[in-house]
Amino acid sequence: MSEKNNKKGRFGIYGGQYIPETLMNAVLELEEAYGHYKNDADFRRELTALLNDYAGRPSELYFAAKMSEKLGGARIYLKREDMNHTGSHKINNVLGQALLAKKMGKTRLIAETGAGQHGVATATAAALMDMECVIFMGREDTKRQALNVYRMKLLGAKVVPVDSGTATLKDAVSEAMREWTSRISDTHYCLGSVMGPHPFPTIVRDFQSVISREAREQILSKEGRLPDAVIACVGGGSNAIGSFYNFINDKDVRLIGCEAAGRGVDTFETAATVNTGRTGIFHGMKSYFCQDEFGQIAPVYSISAGLDYPGVGPEHAYLHDIGRAEYVPVTDDEAVDAFEYISRTEGIIPAIESAHALAYAIKEAPNAAGKIFIVTLSGRGDKDCAAIARYRGEDIYE
Amino acid sequence: MSDGIKKAFEGGKAFIAFITCGDPDTETTLGAVCAAAENGADIIELGIPFSDPTAEGPVIQGANVRALAGGITTDKVFELVGEIRKRVSIPLVFMTYSNVVFSYGPERFMSLCREKGIDGIILPDLPFEEKDEFMPVCRKYGVALISLIAPTSAGRIGMIAREAEGFLYIVSSLGVTGVRGEIDTDIASMVSVVRENTSVPCAIGFGISTCEQARKMSGYADGVIVGSAIIKLLEKYGKDAPAHIGRFVREMKDAVSAPASEHASEP
Repeated sequence: MSEKNNKKGRFGIYGGQYIPETLMNAVLELEEAYGHYKNDADFRRELTALLNDYAGRPSELYFAAKMSEKLGGARIYLKREDMNHTGSHKINNVLGQALLAKKMGKTRLIAETGAGQHGVATATAAALMDMECVIFMGREDTKRQALNVYRMKLLGAKVVPVDSGTATLKDAVSEAMREWTSRISDTHYCLGSVMGPHPFPTIVRDFQSVISREAREQILSKEGRLPDAVIACVGGGSNAIGSFYNFINDKDVRLIGCEAAGRGVDTFETAATVNTGRTGIFHGMKSYFCQDEFGQIAPVYSISAGLDYPGVGPEHAYLHDIGRAEYVPVTDDEAVDAFEYISRTEGIIPAIESAHALAYAIKEAPNAAGKIFIVTLSGRGDKDCAAIARYRGEDIYE
Repeated sequence: MSDGIKKAFEGGKAFIAFITCGDPDTETTLGAVCAAAENGADIIELGIPFSDPTAEGPVIQGANVRALAGGITTDKVFELVGEIRKRVSIPLVFMTYSNVVFSYGPERFMSLCREKGIDGIILPDLPFEEKDEFMPVCRKYGVALISLIAPTSAGRIGMIAREAEGFLYIVSSLGVTGVRGEIDTDIASMVSVVRENTSVPCAIGFGISTCEQARKMSGYADGVIVGSAIIKLLEKYGKDAPAHIGRFVREMKDAVSAPASEHASEP
């Protein structure tokens, strides 16, 4: 369904290539290379080998028995992307793009990062494939996620703190785009989410769709039927689109994206783009954006550095408009409660991003007896422990 | 459409001055535009600030921050243009980002451009492939949608030039706007492809800050665009910048009007 609307990189009216002329040949070159390699047997074999042998795929679809029993309703399965090498779903996309960049003859990877998970994954792939690596990260985020900054450096990457704008994820994307315009010939911009100009939303979705390809088979094998709902957190939306993709044609499976509402959708301190934004053009794409009446991009807020972005991928905007997927807001408070609940109940510390999806599942499960939920646990939460401790008024050293 | 722009290139090499609206306030912008026009600028490029100007270097980013902090909005920019038009008759073109136009409503935006006397618009995040987003409504209101050509436009220059309107903005070098020590792009060959495909004039911008650079670049094309060097004067002198901008524009205009010393390839 999404595919046939994907002419010229469009999902309905969304998507496109709203970028400086300087970058046009670079994205056209990428589009052509991807068109070739995605059907290339050797490329696919190499990528599958990397995903399985290096990143540890397939990831488990774990039945959260205690949580399901306590909540007394839905049977809840967790898609364990937190078990991947580097600790999140980001590695799925990064290995694909790094391999593609290598085939294209690029020797240098640049990337933006919010929570640091994509930066760590990119630095990891660069180390593995002998490529130079530069990561752009908002100054604010380098403070919130100091441990990840050190990880990236340890992996041989250069981390550039970004001071412009709100010094968070959107500014890191802007700075990475600026860097790309100054150095195209040897550099691939390894975009971390299903956003930006075509072909990125398609490439990243394809690389992340391994999540739902596995999950669909796993649930059929475990339960003998499809789930009633697939639930994932949405910032730019890469783990969500990866989780949804192979269920899109299964009309009875509800697809639920959980947005970061921050302090609430009725406050200015929110990052719930679909719930509070409107259509606009930014960072290479037409999609939903949090913005003021004159189209100035709004400063957004979430406790989660990875969801703290004022836009959403164009395919999500489309899935929302046609009513195929639902996008619900989850506040900081709800996410932190879920973070603690699942740590205690299942012995799994989730990324604060993933805790947004868990919070919604926890809320809905009691009223969903007989239903099956798949919740994507997009990453592990070690990186968040210090920040959550501070949120609860406890000051710890990392 | 864009007759004014065409005429601006008829009296020799054109000097195009970029000024961000509302940096630090609209009164200063009005003064700066008048000073530039009185001192020989042939076209004024008016920047409408955007929160996240992805094609700009630190200098123009700073201007955007100052202007937005000063409370500039698209409505106020149009009011300012009304004031400018009482005193300045040379062509005015907007430089902004797609979301500013999209959010305002392209129809409402372009109709106000015609009403207030804006001749053209430059949108650095609207490449050839996406220009249908605004082209029909630009045509409807006679606002030239000005295209850009970059050093990385190999294989695309002819296509872009054939559909060019107003003037062609030739990006001198890779990267974002800002002052550069040297410009080493083979601009002569870019311009020669442009010439084969269109009679629309072309102007070179990005990185030009000195008279020497302006003189050299004007040898390749029909005009030069200077932005960051003017914004630096605003950054330094604030409300007192207009007089300094006037002097700077005079020097630059004289430089582009003088016969180019070593690159006099144009008649």
